[in-house]
Amino acid sequence: MPCAMVETSRHDIVIIGSGIAGLRAAIEAARVSNGKADIAIVTKVQAMRSHSVSAEGGTAAVLYPELGDSLESHAFDTVKGSDYLADQDAVERFVKEMPNEIYQLEHWGLPWSRREDGRIAQRNFGGYSYPRAVFAEDKVGFFEMQTLYDTTTKYDNIHYYQEWYATTILSEGGEFRGVTAIERKSGDFVQILGKAGILATGGSGRLYSFATYAYSSTPDGMAMAYRAGVPLKDLEFIQFHPSGLIPSGILITEAVRGEGGVLLNKDGERFMKRYAPNKLDLASRDVVSRGMMTEIEEGRGFKDEASGLDYLHLDLSPIGAQKIKDRLSQIREIAIKFRGIDPVEKPLPVRPVCHYVMGGIDTDIDGATKLKGLWSAGEAACVSINGANRLGANSTAECLVWGKITGAEAAKYVEGKPQPATPGGQAATEEKRIFDGIFHGGGGTNPYEVRDALQKVMAKDAFVFRTKESLSEALRTIRELKKKDFLHCEDKGRVYNTNLSDVLEVESMLTVAEVVVAGALARTESRGSHFRRDYPARDDKSWLKHTLAYPGPDGPRLEYSTVKITKYQPAERHY
Amino acid sequence: MTDVRLLVQRFDPLTDEKPRFAEYSVPKREGMTVLDALLYARDYLDHSIALRFSCRQASCGSCGMKINGRLRLACYTQVEELGGEKVVAQPMDNFEIIKDLVTDLGSFFAKHKQLMPYVLRSDSQEMDHPSAEFLMKPEELEKVLQFTYCIKCGLCTSSCPTVGTDALFPGPQALAQAYRYLSDERDEGGKRRIDALDTAHGVWRCHYAGSCSAVCPKGVDPALGIQLLKRHVMSGKARSEGAEVWKQQAAAAPPLK
Repeated sequence: MPCAMVETSRHDIVIIGSGIAGLRAAIEAARVSNGKADIAIVTKVQAMRSHSVSAEGGTAAVLYPELGDSLESHAFDTVKGSDYLADQDAVERFVKEMPNEIYQLEHWGLPWSRREDGRIAQRNFGGYSYPRAVFAEDKVGFFEMQTLYDTTTKYDNIHYYQEWYATTILSEGGEFRGVTAIERKSGDFVQILGKAGILATGGSGRLYSFATYAYSSTPDGMAMAYRAGVPLKDLEFIQFHPSGLIPSGILITEAVRGEGGVLLNKDGERFMKRYAPNKLDLASRDVVSRGMMTEIEEGRGFKDEASGLDYLHLDLSPIGAQKIKDRLSQIREIAIKFRGIDPVEKPLPVRPVCHYVMGGIDTDIDGATKLKGLWSAGEAACVSINGANRLGANSTAECLVWGKITGAEAAKYVEGKPQPATPGGQAATEEKRIFDGIFHGGGGTNPYEVRDALQKVMAKDAFVFRTKESLSEALRTIRELKKKDFLHCEDKGRVYNTNLSDVLEVESMLTVAEVVVAGALARTESRGSHFRRDYPARDDKSWLKHTLAYPGPDGPRLEYSTVKITKYQPAERHY
Repeated sequence: MTDVRLLVQRFDPLTDEKPRFAEYSVPKREGMTVLDALLYARDYLDHSIALRFSCRQASCGSCGMKINGRLRLACYTQVEELGGEKVVAQPMDNFEIIKDLVTDLGSFFAKHKQLMPYVLRSDSQEMDHPSAEFLMKPEELEKVLQFTYCIKCGLCTSSCPTVGTDALFPGPQALAQAYRYLSDERDEGGKRRIDALDTAHGVWRCHYAGSCSAVCPKGVDPALGIQLLKRHVMSGKARSEGAEVWKQQAAAAPPLK
């Protein structure tokens, strides 16, 4: 399989990942450079298959100030939702950019749902003081992906490397030089060089066994950045969405509650009144998920015998059959197909589910990382606008805004910059690691079983409620798994060998899971999605700061950085 | 519960002369999809099985294949609805096999691109710096909506008898998307779009077999889209021919006094 010399291709900008952030970045780079920049999109899937397609309910933007909404309100809701860990300068920039993104996608053909007067419609979402989620039925991410992918085909200077699995970042003298990648179709190992790079590789939710995520959402990009010495920020903050469908974990959008659906326990009681007396089912996600897990722990849930999962009911009947069919058609389709329940007739079985990672690759407000020439955008990155808990409808929005920003920044950076020389030796070392070490390597442990064990311990010990004991147990398990001999490949074929990339994915998952748990263990407070039973209060004096994890000899080395506060002083949250 | 017999068509172009079947025994569980069964086999029985998959909720379009002889998404097919005993998985027709269940969709995406799947307008200033949305009544949106549900899975194009015999025919996916943009009130591509379609290998090659619409997992009706395209082409021709006649008559008429 390995070839004697590593083949090389060259571009101006190399974007890794083809979700909303990556595609938006490519279009912006193409536009800003007036078609001059040579842009590559390297993606391990086919370009329209990324997990972004699964986003359902909405993208937040202020469109109707005349009806009472304001940028200030969007910013405040986002900061409050973040439990004050968001960087407020970034949040202010974000809310200001968003309306334009909605109109831009509209001009590119996105079928946003409309009001009777032909203008763009909005719906309610959790944690907002105004119904500002723009939507296209309940397939928002899908339509955003379709619109962006289709729009990229207009540009001859955007080149796709579809189904190329990037393995490592190449750098020299503290500057980004490119990536190495394996082409699935041929099995070839190639270095793709560029003057600038953008990591838009998405989230890492597949660390958990019960997740809304696509199978492809593994932390490859985060692990690549980390190995290249770029810190990972705030990874201990993982969002558990209140409504994952039993038993698959497929997302039942928050728009269901936004449109009037309610959560009920086994006594038929609207239990959220105990946890969020004002906002009830539409409190922020961390609050709702904790309420649900408390109900389950106190014996007021149901149990699914086949999967062993506890759950609660999500009752859609208050929405009404017609509105369910018009505005939540995909949810209805999913519930019927994957659970055999028509939500028009019966409540859906749901439970908190791993849905989003607030943390990610540390960037500044422009999406730039500490490695010169490398940017990061979307869920892979941590700017941070989401802090300790993201509000619904802000993730697709963040992908759009920082896709645009990083695309423009990278385009400006490469203009007139000469193509640097090929970095010496790194690709050959990486090739040796992958092909001599893993492809030709041996070992007795099934990598897929290592993945299963990791997902299980994360779901058990690093979930909604955490303690020193549970997190220590998770860390111990992760370190044991890392030592197992799973770095080998049973498939010895050259063509479309997913076994090889799966092993690399499992390796990345273990690396990043260790950072998640180490950060969570160190953070002796409760903030947003990170709830420590042994430290149940927020502690601004010691912990109003971002975690930065660097690779160290004995696991992650943690440093901390300041949270930027502009207008909104930290206050206790009430919903 | 009993096991499912899973037969997977295997083919590695570097080592196999022709496709063969491998059989796996997969423990059945409630609600199991064909994708679940395939992943069980791949993860625990034979790591070398190649398949394409991602979202597992019929949104990404990765896992189109032939299941018990019918073109379907693996994630969207319950083992139980196939009788629960035997599942036969084969790659899609009309595309070259890369390995096992993975087919080469390169030409499929190229045809989609060729028919300009994006909004064409002349007001570039507004397109690059939007001042507000273009208004669109819910009923105008309704007109294009069903065609926007396309997830580019390739099932329709795989089912099309014409694609099987004419490599230059764009196929139902690309044509339905051409109709989607042509019929969008915001689009001004009209003639450019028609010119790209109104060719010897274009829209007229469709014989209305209708298999594309039968296999679409998202309820898109590409066959209808193609028929509507034909109508557009015809009425466009009629209009421009009519205009030509009118112009000739006007030129021949005596000048007004």
